[in-house]
Amino acid sequence: MNSLKLWSAIGMIVLASSAGDVLLSAAMKRIGDLDELRARNGLAAVVGRVFREKQFLMGLCCMAVGFFSLLTALSWGDASLVAPSSASLTFIVSAVMAKVFLKENVDGRRWVSALLVCIGVALLTQ
Amino acid sequence: MNLRKYLVLLAVMVFGGTGDVLLKRGMQELGPIHLDHLQELITALGNLWVVAGVLCLIAFFASYLTALSWADLSYVLPATALGYVLVAILSKYLLHEDVSAFRWIGILLISCGVGWVTRGPALTRHQREEHRVREHEEQHELA
Repeated sequence: MNSLKLWSAIGMIVLASSAGDVLLSAAMKRIGDLDELRARNGLAAVVGRVFREKQFLMGLCCMAVGFFSLLTALSWGDASLVAPSSASLTFIVSAVMAKVFLKENVDGRRWVSALLVCIGVALLTQ
Repeated sequence: MNLRKYLVLLAVMVFGGTGDVLLKRGMQELGPIHLDHLQELITALGNLWVVAGVLCLIAFFASYLTALSWADLSYVLPATALGYVLVAILSKYLLHEDVSAFRWIGILLISCGVGWVTRGPALTRHQREEHRVREHEEQHELA
């Protein structure tokens, strides 16, 4: 039962941070190249533009939910299980969400990279 | 992709990795924080390591958003994973943690993944955009 609770918290971290990444990515694509925007209108204009984007604020909220689920999961289980499993699963779930929601062209090359990084991150925290 | 864009990806890795290590160094000095004394987190902001870490993470977030403004999420995430490798190396030399054989294999796998994804295209062009780009190019040719 306890491990079910822990894994649902890990699932929550992964889902919330992947959703946050997807929303941030969508927001930035709507705004366009930040470097060009800064060259034209200055840094203050870029910051103002980013914070007026609804998807950006929703993304930040998701990131916050992910962060607090991480704190909760860390208080329930070992850091050596929680941190690597949530970090490495996030790479795979983000790739899936990017394909489904952002219609990104996640080809063989990107799946292999996501998988390599996922296994690598899991090993790194051994 | 040009040099400036690779520098932004590099900034994501360096600031993310360095920020984590600086924060960890600061929190080690402060000792454990209990969930029922969360106000202790405010005092953490008086620690120079923590302040430096937070500044790095702000720089990380700014460069991460910049990268997402011109590249796909499924490109940026693996491409910036070298930050994890940086954390492992900094942990060894700055925090004096052991880096086991497992971790070196992990570092190798991440590096392969990063090398592999950065050789591919950075941005998905959807059909409508492609059409627009082609029109744009044709106009240029006419002019």
